[in-house]
Amino acid sequence: MSATPPAGTASLQLARSNRQSPARKRVDRFGDLALFVICAAAALLALLVIVLIAKEVIEGAQPAISRFGLEFITNSEWAPPLEQFGGKGVILGTLITSAMALFIGGPVAISIGIFLALLAPVSVRNVISPLVEMLAAIPSVILGFWGLLILGPVLVNTIEPFLHDTLGFIPLFGAPQTTGNSVFNAGLILTIMVIPIIASVSRDLFMAVPRDLQDGAAALGSTRWEVIRGVVLPTTLSGMTAACLLGLGRALGEAIAVAQVIGGATESHLSLFKPGGTMASLIALQFPSAVSKLHTASLYYLAALLLVIGIASNLLASWVGQRFGGAAGATR
Amino acid sequence: MSVFRRRAQEDFDPTQPLVATGNLGRRHVVSRVIQSIAVAAAVAAVAVLVIVIWAVVSHGAKAITWDFVTSGYPTGVGPYLVGTAEVVAIATLMAMPIGVLIALFLSEYAGRRWTRPVQLVLDVMNGLPSIIIAVFIYILIVAATKQQSGLAAAIALAIIEVPLIARGTQEVLRLVPEAQREAAAALGVARWRGILTIILPAAAGGIVTATLLSVARAAGETAPMLLLNSLAKGDAVQLNPLKEVPNVPVRIFQLSEEANPEGFTEAWGLSLILIAIILALGLGSRALLNRSKRKLTR
Amino acid sequence: MSIDDQISGARPTSNGRAQAPNRVRIRTTPLPAAIGTPAATESAAESHVHIAPDAVFEADDVGIFYGSKQALIDVTMRIRRGQVTALIGPSGCGKTTFLRSLNRMNDSVPSFRIEGQVRYHGHDIYGAGVDTVEVRRRIGMVFQKPNPFPKSIFDNVAWAPKNLGLRSGLKERVEKALRGAALWDEVKDRLKDSALGLSGGQQQRLCIARAIAIEPDVLLLDEPASALDPIATGAIEDLIHTLKGRFTIVIVTHNMQQAARVADRTAFFSLETRGEKPIGTLIEFDETERIFGAPRDPRTRDYVTGRFG
Repeated sequence: MSATPPAGTASLQLARSNRQSPARKRVDRFGDLALFVICAAAALLALLVIVLIAKEVIEGAQPAISRFGLEFITNSEWAPPLEQFGGKGVILGTLITSAMALFIGGPVAISIGIFLALLAPVSVRNVISPLVEMLAAIPSVILGFWGLLILGPVLVNTIEPFLHDTLGFIPLFGAPQTTGNSVFNAGLILTIMVIPIIASVSRDLFMAVPRDLQDGAAALGSTRWEVIRGVVLPTTLSGMTAACLLGLGRALGEAIAVAQVIGGATESHLSLFKPGGTMASLIALQFPSAVSKLHTASLYYLAALLLVIGIASNLLASWVGQRFGGAAGATR
Repeated sequence: MSVFRRRAQEDFDPTQPLVATGNLGRRHVVSRVIQSIAVAAAVAAVAVLVIVIWAVVSHGAKAITWDFVTSGYPTGVGPYLVGTAEVVAIATLMAMPIGVLIALFLSEYAGRRWTRPVQLVLDVMNGLPSIIIAVFIYILIVAATKQQSGLAAAIALAIIEVPLIARGTQEVLRLVPEAQREAAAALGVARWRGILTIILPAAAGGIVTATLLSVARAAGETAPMLLLNSLAKGDAVQLNPLKEVPNVPVRIFQLSEEANPEGFTEAWGLSLILIAIILALGLGSRALLNRSKRKLTR
Repeated sequence: MSIDDQISGARPTSNGRAQAPNRVRIRTTPLPAAIGTPAATESAAESHVHIAPDAVFEADDVGIFYGSKQALIDVTMRIRRGQVTALIGPSGCGKTTFLRSLNRMNDSVPSFRIEGQVRYHGHDIYGAGVDTVEVRRRIGMVFQKPNPFPKSIFDNVAWAPKNLGLRSGLKERVEKALRGAALWDEVKDRLKDSALGLSGGQQQRLCIARAIAIEPDVLLLDEPASALDPIATGAIEDLIHTLKGRFTIVIVTHNMQQAARVADRTAFFSLETRGEKPIGTLIEFDETERIFGAPRDPRTRDYVTGRFG
């Protein structure tokens, strides 16, 4: 292809397009438009689905909303036969289990991220990273099943009595049950689910911190930890927050595994070792066999609340990620 | 000023041997403790993985027989496997084109203005709890038709799969060098032809990977099945998606809720099969991903 | 490099450190180990050889490898206290590699291997039981591209002293460091502002301030002005002149005029074909006037005359 001056190029293109039949040009113009429309339609479909979900769930909850109003959140009596539905118990259960997952799982996951990104040699990282991600691939129903049959008995026989004996004065550590179905069990299962999510994101964030920034800190005679504390962690703070919010969203919405291990209770209590319930797990457990329209509507009410919290934490995660920039460098 | 300098000097004589001086000993201890904690955390995570998989393998292996895999309820789980494969296949057939189209929109058509909102929609969709999606489809289809079905579950799974496929496809499309798009344009090729015949094929490996990963995710989703497709008995293979189709996750869930130890063995066996399939999909897609990334960035 | 060079060439230094009498005495017996651990005593005894009074670094037949590829060979030189020593030469000849091996910054490169010995005040830097963090505390480094932390100006300078426990008089220490880096007047009213808002030249001076805030013994400068405009470069060079007495400075530069302007002694590195591949090596090391005015090695002469003007 020889280099032609601009004028020559234009005539070359003109010549080429003249060779194209008018039919083909029409097809191309139509094709361009059609592809664009299809792609845009797909994007719009996604938006439509989300809007529709919100609309239907909230509408389905209407009977319960109009009957109970905001008292739904403060009332803890959940008695389907009596048409009494108060969500406080499961809301509290949701908060406790998610808090456990976040405050235990978060630091552990970030430590794993530090290990994988900053401490481990490449060969070790290439083995352990996929293993950690594999933890996320385990279906929740299998993890819940394992929690029910294996983790539960272990907890009841060892950790729960130990914690109760040593810290029993705190209402959180009340008397353990015999079955192993407890809020504590559910919290641990959620912790296991949340860790790989936060760990993978943290690892990517830490690996993206520029080498020269870390070198600069090391050249000042600082220990490994001081480099991490002084440079790596501060620059990735916003990313880690977003990662934790993502993990939180996962914990809030997990229905099945929690349903299997938490015991299906609805009363409001603070003891980790008693059975309890979360919003998502209650929906999973009672929806298939709801006894009345109000029952179903109350479950929709819980779903609506869950939807709002879930979307809020998701949006917050996106906003934090956007607002405070990427991993490399803080923009003040 | 000179007093100050002398004091710092006293802390530090450069001709002394190169061992820790001043507070460095303590700082080293702190650093080593933290590093140990990080290592311990990673070990703990891998340990949990090993423990769970070991439990599944050791309890489930004894259940796996030819009869187990091929016959139906009550002796075998064949129909559940077929049913899950069918529902996931239908879901993926719906989700894949939509996911790829959305990714194409983001990478080829969305300008500054539309990228963030569409990306946000995808992120929100990705973060929707599957129980809520299940409730939604219930209202839309099951409540209206008074009938559970594999199709309803498939639609719910499709909603779960779309953001996963879209995100994976996006990443591969990003890897396609801009030079290829420019070359297509310079040759006078229409935009749509360029996308369909040059860009998409280049990204094909990554698209397949993303699809496999989302299949692995969908295969294990229980909540939609529980609400939308849980009434099948499992004694025979059901191929009609308009009826209830037996499937694996719901069966495991049901067995775990009954207190029957014999049922537990079946559940472990099903879990083993499910995990094996998911791990195989994961490993296969990872290998594919590395291969396609290498092809694109050569 | 003969003994006479060291005695005759040594300039009277005027910094407080060199005046302390016990620094100049030649030691022939091992030092009592500061910490008293067996490893420290042993390595102190082993690696403490007869050293010239004002030599800070001694490189003995140093070779550097990355995996099987050799980057540097046959480097033997003595770097003197209180002076500015420049390392010049064409790119890729190993001068930055050599510089970074003086404070063990090459350790982070996985395939890095060093042969021969690098001694700092008589101690083998790569010896057993050497604390790398301590090495870097005594031997500071400023990098080619300014790399200030995304913190405030004050926090950038105060960070390392705080780690070292030097918390009393922190404000004075920061001011002294910023003055030493000729940056105080420009930033004294905005110490709380982010360091990322400074210009390139200011950021580099901030990095220098950061390095001198902990009062190291040596400053290693890796092409500190190469990413800066000419005015900022001039400021850095003036800075080097003022810092000269307080610290021993080793500077890598690809700019020969810069070396001529700031350095007391200059080392010329270049590629030499040994066997199949060219490997970086030290060609000539002498007083700066001699290197640029009357170089002994023809390769030095080619380099310095070829690039002048």
